[in-house]
Amino acid sequence: MDDLLPDFLTETNEGLAEIDTALVALERNPGDAATLQLIFRLVHTIKGTCGFLGLGRLERVAHATETVLGRFRDGALAVSPGAVTQVLRGIDAIKLIVTALERTRREPEGEDSALIADLEACAEGRLPMLAAASGPTPGPTPGPATGVAPDAVPDAVAGCASEPAPKPAPEPVPSPTPAKPAAAPPPEAPAADPAPANAGATDTVAAVGAQTIRVHVDVAEDLMTLVSELVLTRNQLLQLAREQDGAPFTVPLQRLSHITSDLQEGVMKLRMQPIGNAWNKLPRLVRDLARETGKKIELVMRGADTELDRQVLELIKDPLTHMVRNCADHGLEPTEARLAAGKPETGRITLDAFHEGGHIIIEIADDGRGLSTQRIREKALVQGLASEAQLAAMSETEIQQFIFRPGFSTAPAITAVSGRGVGMDVVRANVQRIGGSIELRSAAGRGTAVTIKIPLTLAIVSALIVAAGGERFAIPQIGVLELVRASGGSAARVECINGAAVLRLRDRLLPLVDLAALLGLADPARETDPAHERFIVVTQVGTSIFGIIVDRVFDTEEIVVKPVAPILRHVALFSGNTILGDGSVIMILDPNGIARAVGTQAGRSTTAAEAEERVPAGIESSARLALLLFRAGGAEPKAVPLGLVARLEDIPRERIERIDGRFVTQYRGQLMPLVPFAEGFAATAAAELPVRQPVLVFADRERVMGLMVDAIDDVLEDRLRLELGAARPGFLGSAVVGGRATDVIDVGHHLARAFPDWWGQGGIGADSQGGGTQRPRILVVEDSAFFRALLGPLLVASGYEVVAAETPRHALALRERGFRPDLIVSDIEMPEMDGFAFAEAVRASGAWADLPLVALTSRAGAADMARGRAAGFTDYVAKFDRQAVLAAIAGALALGAEGHEGEGQQDGMMAETDA
Amino acid sequence: MNAINERPAASAAAAASSIAAQPRAGESAGTERVLVTLTVGGQLCGVPVGAVRDVLDAQKIARIPLAPPEVAGSLNLRGRIVTAIDLARRLRLPPPPPAQAGARMSVVVELAGELYSLLVDGVGEVMTLPERLFEENPPTLDACWRGVSDGVYRLESVLLVLLDVGRLLDLGAPARAATA
Repeated sequence: MDDLLPDFLTETNEGLAEIDTALVALERNPGDAATLQLIFRLVHTIKGTCGFLGLGRLERVAHATETVLGRFRDGALAVSPGAVTQVLRGIDAIKLIVTALERTRREPEGEDSALIADLEACAEGRLPMLAAASGPTPGPTPGPATGVAPDAVPDAVAGCASEPAPKPAPEPVPSPTPAKPAAAPPPEAPAADPAPANAGATDTVAAVGAQTIRVHVDVAEDLMTLVSELVLTRNQLLQLAREQDGAPFTVPLQRLSHITSDLQEGVMKLRMQPIGNAWNKLPRLVRDLARETGKKIELVMRGADTELDRQVLELIKDPLTHMVRNCADHGLEPTEARLAAGKPETGRITLDAFHEGGHIIIEIADDGRGLSTQRIREKALVQGLASEAQLAAMSETEIQQFIFRPGFSTAPAITAVSGRGVGMDVVRANVQRIGGSIELRSAAGRGTAVTIKIPLTLAIVSALIVAAGGERFAIPQIGVLELVRASGGSAARVECINGAAVLRLRDRLLPLVDLAALLGLADPARETDPAHERFIVVTQVGTSIFGIIVDRVFDTEEIVVKPVAPILRHVALFSGNTILGDGSVIMILDPNGIARAVGTQAGRSTTAAEAEERVPAGIESSARLALLLFRAGGAEPKAVPLGLVARLEDIPRERIERIDGRFVTQYRGQLMPLVPFAEGFAATAAAELPVRQPVLVFADRERVMGLMVDAIDDVLEDRLRLELGAARPGFLGSAVVGGRATDVIDVGHHLARAFPDWWGQGGIGADSQGGGTQRPRILVVEDSAFFRALLGPLLVASGYEVVAAETPRHALALRERGFRPDLIVSDIEMPEMDGFAFAEAVRASGAWADLPLVALTSRAGAADMARGRAAGFTDYVAKFDRQAVLAAIAGALALGAEGHEGEGQQDGMMAETDA
Repeated sequence: MNAINERPAASAAAAASSIAAQPRAGESAGTERVLVTLTVGGQLCGVPVGAVRDVLDAQKIARIPLAPPEVAGSLNLRGRIVTAIDLARRLRLPPPPPAQAGARMSVVVELAGELYSLLVDGVGEVMTLPERLFEENPPTLDACWRGVSDGVYRLESVLLVLLDVGRLLDLGAPARAATA
């Protein structure tokens, strides 16, 4: 609470300042519902927050005040000067308490029953005229206090009224009359609380609240942008000065340069927040986990005051929480095991944060059992991630990296206690998105440590300037390990294995990627010249290390990262662009993008055409899918796409309750319905459940439900080829997963059992359709991974081939590549470009102009439908209504089939004209 | 700017003066449009003056690898990065001779907060054109041009094609046609 108090005070003082002005305005114009609503909201906020902070006295006064305001709002009470006076009295009492809070950080002792009674009377329409009229000398003031109060009160009131709200004071004209009598309540408060109010004399008034001002984030962001521009201009000037010896402006320029640097630092500080802000929930989390798992866990946090950019902080919060959870869940062994291994009983999780050369390093370590390399190796083999021979050649560290693969998990880990998120792959993706890297070290029996290295800020980075194919590029320093010069004569020589370039670097072979070739700038003559001098930028992304071949290396430069223009966003190899000191524009390479290119190409140098061929990120085909295998209601394995599962839990029986014939459990502060997999099971009492109940948690927005299963077995990545079975409710069909016939469950069915309205009035089971040799191809444009994962299997099960795109932009990129679906299904509410704009873009021109287009939306009002049709949608259906979705798709396809022939001709003609 | 660029600009100017010479009586109909005129591949075109932020002489343009073919590169406009669009290429015109390609002018337009430069052969005057001279695109106009043009103004000696900036910068459509 101590941390929250200054924020609360700042916010409340702002609120109070606003209330004063607003109340006066309201009195002048009693019918102004908006102002009334504003006041009500402000008081309500104060009340709500102090309830949360345990400020009982403040809450009572605020509550009584709010009641009167509520009556105003409902029209039950006229906004009369008398009533407003009462409200102002309430507000003043609040101010007084807040002022005392600022001084002492404690709520002053005191009694407001008289005021509250007045306010209550007022709310009931009985105006306590006496109090309003004889404000300055109110009856209830206890005798002994009067001697002290007159001095203390004006001070306190003046202090808090003029300090947070300098503006309203001179402005309102009719206000003084009602406002001044409002000085009435103060005597009551200090009456019972004379000492603290007096003791904290006026010189200490600048206490807790006044030290911070709140500035809108936009202001800070704009400032940052301007400073970035200034830095650029400064760099340009410095470059000019370097070219002219003894220029007269050299000295002032130096000063300008220093000031700019200081300014840059200062503005950066504005955005900086201690990393402790991202940590403050962890002690509680660890405590809860310790209790759940019966382990003894100590959480050590060091460097909580290390600061980093708030934008970075926001992005790093969730991955951190996830990793700490992992440590507690899987990293630390149970107490007995620890004792048996001769370790201290209490497991330790250490969080460390510190700065290192423009980066912040965060280390999350535990002294638990460490990763079992053996198990990872087996798992990698089973999942086909690597061959036996490859694994044999790998170092321990390399093998451990498999845990960053999507859907990878060692079997015991997944059935273990408490929730497990989607996995370390997501953590890594989040870290990489902000230009960071993640590293993992683990020693069996001694523990695991994950080190995250992230830039302090995303705005300015240090970059190496290189040249390839006659163009210059910036490579962010964060991933650069070393520079190697390679030429015919020197020790380092680029060798080729069947066209794949490699470099012998000390004791290992380094895969190389030719930047010029990757970017389509290759010059064939240069390629064949072995004596040609080149440089290799040895780069590390995660644990994969590779070399980027460039023609020249210049110096390093601090660059301001600017996002690339929207029409270039699909080029995954660039993370932005920037202007160098000499004024030229260059592209910033994204090492992660290059690593992906290297990974998929296995070191083979790529031609531009191949690079173009690659499917852009975010496109999934229905080919391979991570599936969670479990058992429920029978021995035969069941499967569900892992993407749909939010978490896996193992809930102790005693925490499962039975309410109204349904199982529920308290889960992260809300009640989560638990649905038994087999429907007949519903009659069983909680006592008959296993001691620990495995649960698959599905979540969508605020809604969470748990599906109770018998056992969670495994995660496998496999082709989901659904064979449609007889329409059994709850199953999409069956498929061969990991060599065994497996029932694929229909998550939608179970969601509807927990929340009958989850799908609107949606029906059960999937319409089988198509069935011909040619499966219609559907492009699903949907930003929510949840719905993508849900809709995919449903459509596959209904006989369609599915290609999903995360954003309209991805979809349009597919169009550019000549991909042609038979129908497009698109969400409406999507960031960047919504469904309407997408439909317009599709209809405007291009190969998809005449494709059937079905809108899926959570809003399906008549107006929305009209708008959807106007934008070019063939049909417009509620996304929760699966039956309607399938019907709409079938209908739209039937319609689209009519126009097919003419369109084919048109395509042919176009090809001709272009050729 | 060299003589090659000046020629179309001069003709635009001539067209403008011929407009100005006409009686202003018919213009009361109201909807006038103010256009920045430019020439590309010998064709006079216009973009609404409201969309134009700047007109620049030949600039140093940095190539962007892997970008769509219509993107000529990027340039630095007083500290802002501007994406340059090769208008001739965008409109499917034959590429200018290499000697001229480097000397093209930039009409800098803004779309959704981003700056783009349209590389053109020359920039003429700003013209105020009355509605009565406006006509829809002739159906015989190339599909690509129809896709980016709102219509045509009948000037006395030449025709002026009104270009829509938003559609010009939507590179999705032509890129697809190129692969079809």
